Amino acid sequence: MAEREQKRKPAPARETETVEEDAPARSESGEKIKAELDDLLDEIDEVLESNSEDFVKSYIQKGGE
Amino acid sequence: MAVAKVCGIETEYGIVLRGAGESNPVTASSMLINAYVAGLAAAASGTPKVAWDFEDESPGNDARGFSADDSMAPEVDTHLVNAVLTSGARFYVDHAHPELSTPECRDARQAVVWDRAGEVVMTRAMEAAKRMLPPGQEVVVHKNNSDGKGNSYGCHENYLMDRAVPFHRIVVHATAHFVTRQVFCGAGKVGSEVPGTSGADVHYQLSQRADFFEAEVGLETTLKRPIVNTRDEPHADPQKYRRLHVIVGDANLCEVATFLKVGTTAIVLAMVEDDQLPRDFLFRSPVQAMRAVSTDLTLRRPIELVDGTTVTALGVQWELLERARKYADERGLEAVGEDVGAQVLRRWEEVLTGLETDPTSVAGQVDWVAKKGLIDAWVQRQGAEPSDPRVAALALQYHDLRPERCLARRVGLERLVDDAEVEWAVDSPPPDTRAYFRGRCLQRFARSIVAANWDSIVFDVGRESLRRVPMMEPTRGTRAHVGRLLDECDTPAELLDRLGS
Repeated sequence: MAEREQKRKPAPARETETVEEDAPARSESGEKIKAELDDLLDEIDEVLESNSEDFVKSYIQKGGE
Repeated sequence: MAVAKVCGIETEYGIVLRGAGESNPVTASSMLINAYVAGLAAAASGTPKVAWDFEDESPGNDARGFSADDSMAPEVDTHLVNAVLTSGARFYVDHAHPELSTPECRDARQAVVWDRAGEVVMTRAMEAAKRMLPPGQEVVVHKNNSDGKGNSYGCHENYLMDRAVPFHRIVVHATAHFVTRQVFCGAGKVGSEVPGTSGADVHYQLSQRADFFEAEVGLETTLKRPIVNTRDEPHADPQKYRRLHVIVGDANLCEVATFLKVGTTAIVLAMVEDDQLPRDFLFRSPVQAMRAVSTDLTLRRPIELVDGTTVTALGVQWELLERARKYADERGLEAVGEDVGAQVLRRWEEVLTGLETDPTSVAGQVDWVAKKGLIDAWVQRQGAEPSDPRVAALALQYHDLRPERCLARRVGLERLVDDAEVEWAVDSPPPDTRAYFRGRCLQRFARSIVAANWDSIVFDVGRESLRRVPMMEPTRGTRAHVGRLLDECDTPAELLDRLGS
């Protein structure tokens, strides 16, 4: 059982070139996310619900499913 | 050979009526849905409201083969608002929540499209309700699964399965997948709702739902929730099929997370049907494992198996992926859609690799990572404590479906489907399941339809008796099958005559 654990990671099935294509795409998307997050945080006070703490307190959902 | 994994997602949404003092969630939910349906009827191309038909509902039947007298089978309340949409979806009040069930989808990508279309329906319903309410009041809907105070509501999935598969085999493998898929399906939660624990013990966890599971297998959905639900209500030919009703999932805002939640589960279930999973991951305590995985942000904590060895959640997922690849090579992925199945495998690997090396790299794909990234960035920017009450506000608003408030839609989540396709899906059914027949009939002949449900439509074309058209086969009634017939018929009477001949 223990050695099955060791080799759990499958060998990458795809060609190296595909992996290389993916890499910049992923870091690009990481930067896009960071930029969007920064923009959001710049205006977070306008976006956040006013009295957000009260809103959370009064957020009660009974009777699910 | 595994049967086509026809699937769907039922989401119960959180609801609040703001600005009205004490609000009754049942009334608010009814008003929300009525406002939407009335809006459709008022539009030129509108449809009269078609009621849901409860003929085939039997939620007390148990897949293990007995009828449950002493467990709490849910009751069907037929008095609340219930509508069928031209997409083939069902939009209704379930207990105290608005719920939207997607139409039957053929694959995980379609599930994403109609899940997103469901969000659009909710957004429009909120707008319609606001126009009906006094100034200062509005209905606010959240796509989440917990109020943070111990109350939970579900996001259920359904998968068509071969009746011949022994239920025990489904339980073993579904449990292994459900306990561990949280690493990419979890929508993230601030704090814990397990009695006796607090935010001091658990600041943040992967899943909204893990706290609420107390049993391994059972029929309940609201009390003593089981990891594997045994409701035996196929909504299809009961000799051939069962419908696996999955209640462990979180409602996802990330399209990739929804895609993987449905896609990996469909593949695992197809492998169960074809008996291609040689290793049983039998956890010593699945319920504890569920919570242990959810509260382990390192993704490294070992889970104990009954044979005394341990695995990690990622370890189980890597092995399932490896098996799925082998299955794809040897048998193909037709049961889940060849192309979509191949995309699921690629995404599955990508997300597991990201989670293993640097979870922040999958912030665009996995909700718990995206939400945590937002919280961490906010805490850092504000110089606030992680225990700041505004963190809970931020976390809740991640799920807020008001377009101007929804934080999930502002953190750069990756898209798999575009707005035009989602917009089309708001009113149109998936082409390759029986939802196509339901949706097209409603588009064309709603005035002659008395009621509809998953497996039949009842017509009234002015003849002596009503006519029920059964749809017991979820993969029939597709565009390929009845598209031309529906195009050619000018009246519902003609359709019935041609169906009957």
